[in-house]
Amino acid sequence: MKLLKLVPDNTNIQFLKLRIPFFVLSIVLIVGSWIAVAVNGLAFGVDFAGGQEVRMTFTQQTAAPIPSLREKIATLGYGEPVVQEFGAPNQVSIRVKLPDGVEESPDAAKKIGEQVIGAVKADYADARVDGNDTVSGKVAGEFRNQAILALLAAMAAVSVYIWVRFEWQFGVGAMFALVHDVSITVGLFALTQWEFSLQIVAAILAIIGYSLNDTIVVYDRIRENLKKFRKMEMGALLDLSVNETLARTVMTSLTLFVALIPLLFFGPPSLFGMVAAITVGLFVGTYSSIYMAGPLLIWMGVTTSSFVPAAETALEKQEKLAKGQG
Amino acid sequence: MLDFPLWKKLSLWATTLAASLLALPSLANVAGIDWPSALPDPQVNLGLDLAGGSHLLLEAKAADVRAQRLENMEETVRQLMRNAEPRIRIGDVSTAGGQLSFILENAADIDRARGLIEPAMQGATTVREWELNVVDGQRIVLSQTDAGVNQAIDDAMDSATEVVRRRIDELGTREPTIIRQGATRIVVQVPGLQDPQGLKDLLGKTAQLEFKLVDLNALQTNIDAGIAPAGSQIVQYAPGTPGAGSAIAVKRLGGIRGDNLTGAQAERDPQNGQAVVTIAFDAQGGAKFAKLTTENVGKPFAIILDGQVLSAPGINEPILGGRAQISGSFTAESANTLAIALRSGALPVPLAVVEERTVGPDLGADSIRKGLIAMGIGSLAVIVLMIVSYGRFGVYATVALVFNVLMLLGLMALFGFTLSLPGIAGFVITIGAAVDANVLINERIREERARGRKVVAAVETGYKEASRAIFDANLTNLISAVALGMFGTGPVRGFAVVLFIGIITSVFTGVTLTRMFVAGWLRKARPNDITI
Repeated sequence: MKLLKLVPDNTNIQFLKLRIPFFVLSIVLIVGSWIAVAVNGLAFGVDFAGGQEVRMTFTQQTAAPIPSLREKIATLGYGEPVVQEFGAPNQVSIRVKLPDGVEESPDAAKKIGEQVIGAVKADYADARVDGNDTVSGKVAGEFRNQAILALLAAMAAVSVYIWVRFEWQFGVGAMFALVHDVSITVGLFALTQWEFSLQIVAAILAIIGYSLNDTIVVYDRIRENLKKFRKMEMGALLDLSVNETLARTVMTSLTLFVALIPLLFFGPPSLFGMVAAITVGLFVGTYSSIYMAGPLLIWMGVTTSSFVPAAETALEKQEKLAKGQG
Repeated sequence: MLDFPLWKKLSLWATTLAASLLALPSLANVAGIDWPSALPDPQVNLGLDLAGGSHLLLEAKAADVRAQRLENMEETVRQLMRNAEPRIRIGDVSTAGGQLSFILENAADIDRARGLIEPAMQGATTVREWELNVVDGQRIVLSQTDAGVNQAIDDAMDSATEVVRRRIDELGTREPTIIRQGATRIVVQVPGLQDPQGLKDLLGKTAQLEFKLVDLNALQTNIDAGIAPAGSQIVQYAPGTPGAGSAIAVKRLGGIRGDNLTGAQAERDPQNGQAVVTIAFDAQGGAKFAKLTTENVGKPFAIILDGQVLSAPGINEPILGGRAQISGSFTAESANTLAIALRSGALPVPLAVVEERTVGPDLGADSIRKGLIAMGIGSLAVIVLMIVSYGRFGVYATVALVFNVLMLLGLMALFGFTLSLPGIAGFVITIGAAVDANVLINERIREERARGRKVVAAVETGYKEASRAIFDANLTNLISAVALGMFGTGPVRGFAVVLFIGIITSVFTGVTLTRMFVAGWLRKARPNDITI
C-alpha cells in the first residue's frame, strides 16, 4: 500500500530569504488591524451590546418556528438575532441589536421592536406580543476587562515558561507571534464588520492555543538543530528547521482545515463567524510561526552558542579555575 | 520506550476504559436512549447556549433601600450627638415620612450639630445625597435627595448582583448568566436546572443577620398588642422555631449586623446533635461583637435573620474569639442554605422573584443539529486523511482520538463541568493537539526511517524526539489554560476548563496509548519494514 505524502522528503525551500518583505507585510497587517479597530470599531453582538427584546407567543402552534424566525429577522438589518424558546415551546424571546445611539431613545428602540413584530406577524397571524423591551447585554462591562486580564496573565505565564525551557528571545518571539495572530483576526472583524459575539472570544482563545502549539513545534526543532549544528549560519539553520518540520506543519494544518471546512459551509449560520475566525487564525498562526517567530530570533541575537551549556564556556572555566586557586 | 509490562498495560487500559465509560450516560442522553436508573449517571452539563435552562427575574424594592439608609442615618446622628464634646442632647426623633427629624434640647447647639452632621451626609461620590433643613431654629430635618437614593440603589444593585453571583457559584452551577436590567432588576439564567426551587430559596434569602438586645422592660401585653416601647421594635419569631407565633421586643439601635463575616459553616452541635450555623467575624466585626457581649453579660440578645427572630439566648460570658454559633431549629438542609447565604454576604437589598421561566438554547436545536452533522463530516475527513497518510499508524491514532473524546467527556461529567460553545472551541483545539501529536510522531518516524534507522529504533527515536516538542507545546497550553481559568470569567473559564482536561487526555491518548498499540504490534509482528 502506498501512503499519501503531501510534502516530499528533504525539501529545501528558502523561507527566510523573504523574511524582510514578509515581516514588513506582517507589521503592516498588525498596524492596519489596529487602525481598523480604532476607526471602524467592532460590531459587537447582542451578547455584548444589549438590544431590543421582543417576546411573542404563537397561540395556534405547539412549537414556535424558531429557524424560520431567525432567518426572517436576520434580513431586517439588525445583525444576527438571538431567537430562543422562552417559557413554553410556543413562546419565544427575540433579541436584536440596536444601532448606535438608539439605546438612548426609548421610542426609537421600541419602533425597532415593532418592526420585528410586524415581520413576524406578516408570516404568523397567530403571534401574540408579550413584551417589547430594551435589555442590557448578556455580558457585563467588567467581562471585557476580566477577559483581557486573563489573556495578559496567560501570555505572561507562557512567556516565563518558554523563557525557562528555551531562551528569553524565544519567549518574546512566541508572544509576538501571538499578538500578530490575534490582532489580524480581530482586525478582520473590524474590517468586515462581522458580528463580534461571545463565540468570537472563544475563537480567539482557540487561535491562541493553536498558535502557541505551532510556534513551539518549530522552536523545538530550532533548539534541537542549534545543539546539533554549532557552525551553521542562523538563517540556514532556521530554514533547515522549518523544512524539517514542513511535512508536519502541512499535515496538521490540513487536518484541522478538513475538520473546519464542513462547519464553514454546512454548519449553522450562527456559528459561521466563529468557524471563520478559527480558519483564518489557523493560516495566520501557521504563517507567523515561520515568518514572525523565526526571524525575530535572528534579530534578537540568538546564535548557535545560545544553547551551549553555560558551564562549558571558556570564560566560566577560567572563573572556576580562578575560584579554585583562591 | 517500547517496553510495556503487563501491569502497565492493564493500568493504562483500566484508566482509559474507566474514564471513557463515564461518558456513556451523557451520550445516551443526547441520543435519547434511556440510561438504566440502577447505574451511576454522571452527566455533562450543557451550557445555556447549548441546552437552555432556568430564567429568574429578581426585583429589588427601592423602598427598602430608602428605609435602610434612613435607619443608618439615625444611628449615625445619635452616635455623633452622643459623642460630641459636650454631648448634644436631642429628642423627639422621628423617621416618619421618609425623613429623619429631631429637636435639639438646646437651640444654641444648632451650628455645632450642623457641623458634625454635614460631613456624614456626603457619600463617596459628588452626588448630593441628603438635604439638611432647620425648622424653627431648633429642629433639624434630614431628607434624602432623589439623586442620593438613586445612587444608593445603584450601588446596592451592583453589590446585590455580585452577591447573587457568589451564591450561585457556591451551588456549583457553572456558567450562569447574571445581568442587571434596568434600575432595580437582576436577570439570572442557570443552565439545565430542572427545579429552580433550591435556587429561589437561596436567592430569596437576604441573609441580613442582626444581633439586637432584648428589651426586658417591654410589657408582654404591649408586645402582644404590637405596641413597641420607645426605642424598641417588635420582632416575630421565625416559623419553625420554638417561639413561632409569638414576638419579642428588641432595642432598635445599638445592636450589630452580621456584615463583617469571614466564614459561615453548617455544623452539628456536639452536645445535642442539632444543626447549627457557626459564623466567624472579621477583626472589626469580632471587636464589635466582643464589646456587645462584654457590656451585656447576663442579658438576652436576639439573633435576627431577615427581620425574624431565630433565637434569643442569654449572654453567659463575653464572646471574644470572634466566633459565634447560631441555633434556630434548623434542618441540615436549611442550615446549609443559610451558611451559603451568610458566606456569600448579605444582599444589600431584599430581592423578590418576579418572573420564572425555562429558556431554550441561544443557538437553537436546528443550529446544534447542523453543527453536529458538520462536525461528523469533519471528523470523518480527519480519520480518512490520517489513515491514508500513516496507514496502520493512522488507525492507531484514530482509535486514540476516539478514546480522547470519550475520556474528555467522561471527565467533564465526573467533575460536573459545563460544556458550552467556548468549551467546544476548547474541544476542537485539544483534538487538534492530539492529531498534531500523532503527526509529529509519525513524521519523525518517517524521518528516522529515511535516515536509515531500523524499524524498532526508528519508532523509539520517533516517540522520544517528538515527545519533547509535544511536551513543551502542551505544557504551554496547560499553563495558559490555568491562567485563563484563574483570571477569566464565564466563557473564558468555560474554555479554560475544557482545554485543561483536554490537554491531559490528548497527551495521554495521543502519545501513551498509541505507543502501547504500536509496541504491541511490533512485538507480535516483528516487521522488517513499515509503511509510514
